[in-house]
Amino acid sequence: MRALCWLGADGLGVREVPDPELRNSSDAIVRVRRSSTCGADLPLLGGRGPSLTVGDVLGHEFLGDVVEVGPGVRRHRVGDRVVVCAVVSCGSCWYCRQGRYACCDNGSTGTAVAEQAWGQPVGGCYGQPRSAGGFAGSHAEYVRVPYADVGAFAVPDPVDDDRAVFASDAVPTGWLGAELGEVCPGDVVAVWGAGAVGQMTAQAALLRGAARVVVIDRYPDRLRSAERHVGAETLDYRVTDVVAELRERSGGRGPDVCVEAVGMAWDGTGSRSLADLFAAAGRAGAVPDRPIAVREAVHACRKGGTVVVLGTFTGFVDTFPLGAVMHKGLTVRSSRQHGQRWIPMLLDRMARGEIDTGHLATHRLPLEQGAHGYDLFRERADGCLRAVFTP
Amino acid sequence: MGSGTRGARAVARTAGAMAAGAVAAVTAARALRGPGRANRSRTAGPDRGDRWQVVTVDRPPERVLPGGRRPEPLRRLGDGVDVALRPAPGGRGTELAARSAGGGPLTGPAAHLVGDDPGLLIRETLRQVKQLAETGELLRPDRSPLDGPARG
Repeated sequence: MRALCWLGADGLGVREVPDPELRNSSDAIVRVRRSSTCGADLPLLGGRGPSLTVGDVLGHEFLGDVVEVGPGVRRHRVGDRVVVCAVVSCGSCWYCRQGRYACCDNGSTGTAVAEQAWGQPVGGCYGQPRSAGGFAGSHAEYVRVPYADVGAFAVPDPVDDDRAVFASDAVPTGWLGAELGEVCPGDVVAVWGAGAVGQMTAQAALLRGAARVVVIDRYPDRLRSAERHVGAETLDYRVTDVVAELRERSGGRGPDVCVEAVGMAWDGTGSRSLADLFAAAGRAGAVPDRPIAVREAVHACRKGGTVVVLGTFTGFVDTFPLGAVMHKGLTVRSSRQHGQRWIPMLLDRMARGEIDTGHLATHRLPLEQGAHGYDLFRERADGCLRAVFTP
Repeated sequence: MGSGTRGARAVARTAGAMAAGAVAAVTAARALRGPGRANRSRTAGPDRGDRWQVVTVDRPPERVLPGGRRPEPLRRLGDGVDVALRPAPGGRGTELAARSAGGGPLTGPAAHLVGDDPGLLIRETLRQVKQLAETGELLRPDRSPLDGPARG
């Protein structure tokens, strides 16, 4: 089959790779209809986090048709149109039974790497390096779906492919942001990042009754998109004192909930700190993550409020304002998404028009233009929110 | 790759792959023993394999060691490990512990697998026992081109 592969110094390209096969009884094989770029891919392509191997297939946010099922699959049959949660979870361990699917004990085969990186193994994810999970990505004609009864969900007819694909990751991650923040009616919520996840967080906060939701970014087209499609207020941090503006818009208190949906913002400039040197000692060229938006969220948040970290950080962070966290009595929460818990509910909301994702796929491209799609997405060029591939 | 032909091919491939995942059993010669807390002193420094490695299995004890016998992944270590289990607090299932027998280096077949970190092998083995008890099978990675051609 054809797949978008990492080719090392040559970047990305479509290559012929072996078809996926059923490896466990609970597996399904899905023929991919849509597969989206995601900000979590960029650290991998930038050489941060676990190292890709030439030939690794990227992509973890996808939907498609079931074309094979293992003997243990009960909920799906050949022909089902399904969206697949980006996180691989068993559904049977203690964490899954608590609804914390991203913490699954049995969702990854790369436990040694996870143990070294995080202290404990966590749920798996598609499109990660082989050393860090063992599941090929979805930028391909076909993909193997482990624990298919747990992670694949039938898509209601009213939700078309271009909308449904975001139920795989961006929508549940946004829902997670509002849930971790325990957003209540009347809250003021600030969201750093007007990408797909940031917009879905803002939408979830409004659905939970937030009185004001303010989205912060520097790309005018993204800010306009958040205003138009989500109904959020926006701030351009290039021309605004964000903390002062948020204080003013929240009656001097600061937002009740501050959600970081940016991820790493390393621009390669600035002095090297002790954390820089520590990271560089472990791998040539390595630098710690720079949680610029998290720092700003901590300073902006009201006393006793909650800061939620959704962005993909791959290792150490530097100059974290722990003093402000302590003295303001903040709660800091973070997680990857537990989509298995919410995707059916989110698909129903999408079918009813309560959650709008139709504007997120700004660029629809064939797989052969995958490298171009990632260029657009990385550079936020041409108004790109997400480049979505059709294999 | 047409969907019409995938089903039959998949059944054949799956059967072969799952059979290949089985590993020959090694008879356990050592009885289960408890993690005697007072019978061992530990000095500062890297573990030498004498630390108990523990996983919590979200199943009752009889599902973790059916009939009191060590399941396949643990039998693979031969008599080189002590094994103990007890109920986990808070209704979280069973705490399953293992360490190299007598606190010394692993012996027998396990000694050839252990490398520099005996805890790593034992932890991985415990995880396999846990995964089998919780999900019924061991999760396998996607086939890599480095694995060679698929059989069947």
